[in-house]
Amino acid sequence: MAASIQSLAAASSLSAANSIDSKRVHASIPGRKASFLVVRSDLRGSNGSNLKGHRVGNLVTNAVASPEAPASASKSGHEVLLFEALREGLDEEMQRDPRVCVMGEDVGHYGGSYKVTKGLANKYGDLRVLDTPIAENSFTGMGIGAAMTGLRPVIEGMNMGFLLLAFNQISNNCGMLHYTSGGQFTIPVVIRGPGGVGRQLGAEHSQRLESYFQSIPGIQMVACSTPYNAKGLMKAAIRSENPVILFEHVLLYNLKERIPDEEYVLSLEEAEMVRPGEHVTILTYSRMRYHVMQAAKTLVNKGYDPEVIDIRSLKPFDLYTIGKSVKKTHRVLIVEECMRTGGIGASLTAAINENFHDYLDAPIVCLSSQDVPTPYAGTLEEWTVVQPAQIVTAVEQLCR
Amino acid sequence: MAALRQTHYLSARLRPLTTIPLHRLFSSDTKTLTIETSVPYKSHIVDPPSRTVETTPSELMTFFREMAIMRRMEIAADSLYKAKLIRGFCHLYDGQEAVAVGMEAAITKKDNIITAYRDHCIFLARGGTLLESFAELMGRKDGCSRGKGGSMHFYKKDSGFYGGHGIVGAQVPLGVGLAFAQKYNKEDTVTFALYGDGAANQGQLFEALNMAALWDLPAILVCENNHYGMGTAEWRAAKSPAYYKRGDYVPGLKVDGMDVFAVKQACRFAKEYAVKNGPIILEMDTYRYHGHSMSDPGSTYRTRDEISGVRQERDPIERVRKLLLSHDIADEKELKDIEKEVRKEVDEAIAKAKESPMPDPSELFTNIYVKGCGAESFGADRKELRTVLP
Repeated sequence: MAASIQSLAAASSLSAANSIDSKRVHASIPGRKASFLVVRSDLRGSNGSNLKGHRVGNLVTNAVASPEAPASASKSGHEVLLFEALREGLDEEMQRDPRVCVMGEDVGHYGGSYKVTKGLANKYGDLRVLDTPIAENSFTGMGIGAAMTGLRPVIEGMNMGFLLLAFNQISNNCGMLHYTSGGQFTIPVVIRGPGGVGRQLGAEHSQRLESYFQSIPGIQMVACSTPYNAKGLMKAAIRSENPVILFEHVLLYNLKERIPDEEYVLSLEEAEMVRPGEHVTILTYSRMRYHVMQAAKTLVNKGYDPEVIDIRSLKPFDLYTIGKSVKKTHRVLIVEECMRTGGIGASLTAAINENFHDYLDAPIVCLSSQDVPTPYAGTLEEWTVVQPAQIVTAVEQLCR
Repeated sequence: MAALRQTHYLSARLRPLTTIPLHRLFSSDTKTLTIETSVPYKSHIVDPPSRTVETTPSELMTFFREMAIMRRMEIAADSLYKAKLIRGFCHLYDGQEAVAVGMEAAITKKDNIITAYRDHCIFLARGGTLLESFAELMGRKDGCSRGKGGSMHFYKKDSGFYGGHGIVGAQVPLGVGLAFAQKYNKEDTVTFALYGDGAANQGQLFEALNMAALWDLPAILVCENNHYGMGTAEWRAAKSPAYYKRGDYVPGLKVDGMDVFAVKQACRFAKEYAVKNGPIILEMDTYRYHGHSMSDPGSTYRTRDEISGVRQERDPIERVRKLLLSHDIADEKELKDIEKEVRKEVDEAIAKAKESPMPDPSELFTNIYVKGCGAESFGADRKELRTVLP
């Protein structure tokens, strides 16, 4: 069970219209401008003040999953699938801020190829949920141009791999305009879409673009893995003034989880502690989290106590949480779906070595996908990504 | 040596026609003059605007002065580049001033302009100062982008100038995005997305045009056709050099880009059209005297005779000067004085820009992320990650 308070959102002035039904959080804060509080895992507020003292007094702290939550809180909330959680986040943000709009292929009338935007076009109209022609380069550019004037577009790539066509716009315009204009323009876009290896989708539809985008200065990258963090990260990404690329995974859209009814926003730069432990730190993100948790069951039976962290923030890395963990366990295993060469794991290995070299008892082990185009045959495809058995072997070798 | 094909621009002649009798010219300054543009408009799927433009003596003087400032700024930038105060790429706009000035005269600051890297003069037209220009070119703190953008990244948000882009053609989808935002916010304004004849062959242009036409966005695509895409003449790069017709289902207008009145009339027409009906393409037939950039001498792919021919027959400043003289609005001496004054202004701006300091080393890391919901804190100690400069 997550051992940290993620974050809470203060009352939004448009709370009446959205799905929040709890009276505990909002009605008690009259006249408050739409603002939110991002709570760090060490209980500091976003302005650095201690959670206990400050204006948080009005906020009800048992609204979200927390260690002190009374048993009754676990029955509240509603069950959603991951794509519904994304849709909820998007819907709430569109309601809250009229500048938020969605653009992408088949997001409007069709409802999104993974149903993330289903029903939104009926609710908000065709201009706010825009069906674009198949022209990634230019509709990404269009979204960025609109963002320069103050709109907040959410650009969907039907598959992350298609965004390679928009690489110029993402790298040069999205990432760099804030810098080259000397701060005059901000580009508050969210670029999202499913990526990763699916079920025999073929080489061109199974790409992991996080490794290609990671060097672009000026963007932030996050990867969601559960309905809870999908909704929180979607909302945070939309509210962020920086361009954020939100990586979803094709195979995770139907995960079911109970999420809170209240509004919440997660921090874009924080990692999630999935399972605290003592022997080894396993860093992972997106779908590999589930492979790791499966391997963790086997490992626990064998007597190991792995600490599993879902890094969530791919750029910048949450070196604080990772560092705390490394200082505790002294062994690191990175499990990722990226390619071996130049992937997120490679950067993370370098970052950990640079910052925490003294705390490591063993070299960092990085399990990544093979450096091959993803084959179609099912058995071959299975072997391109990391399997739980490989994770178990790696931990055993690391902890020898 | 490849024979240079005869292109049409050498045959355009200067032909101001006025219908005002002489005695009326000595009356007040707000008298309207009627001027005919040099050549009639060529149009595609739309009725072209009239060739007759109305103007006032004060507007003529303003045009003269503004174009003189732009000309002088670009020539000064040339010398600064040769003196190695400006480095990297420097794309000069002299010869094309009429497009910038004419466009600005037809629109308001609420309309947006976005262009590629030949942006110094459009920045001035949109309200930028000479000091900001020169300081940015020299990489100083007082530049419009704080020295971090350079020649190809001039921006002025408060007057709707969206830059300033280095990658050929990438600014057109951005421009369509600006138009999208204008339609979204229901403002009755338009966006002019400028590009060159070289960029006209980019696929993203057609993609963007398709979307603009689909949703009736108020986007005006302006092709500044100076007939050369760096070193490649247009007949070697484009099967169909009729850029104004390339919209197919989108109307287009071909304008003499060296005639500031033709440009002004066309832009006003385009704005009225775009606000109601969606995108329209304007092709500005213009010419640049310098090479593509300062690293290009500009004479390996065209003859000096061609350049001097255009300078003699179609120069935009000369055209306005002749109009001013023939209508007796100003005499030779006054115009020479204006040019001297402009020269002095430019020299003063350069001197002031030279005094401006280079950006502080800490500026290396500013404006990468915006503080706020995102990028609160990161790094091993939860503070912002900073690299220590050696």
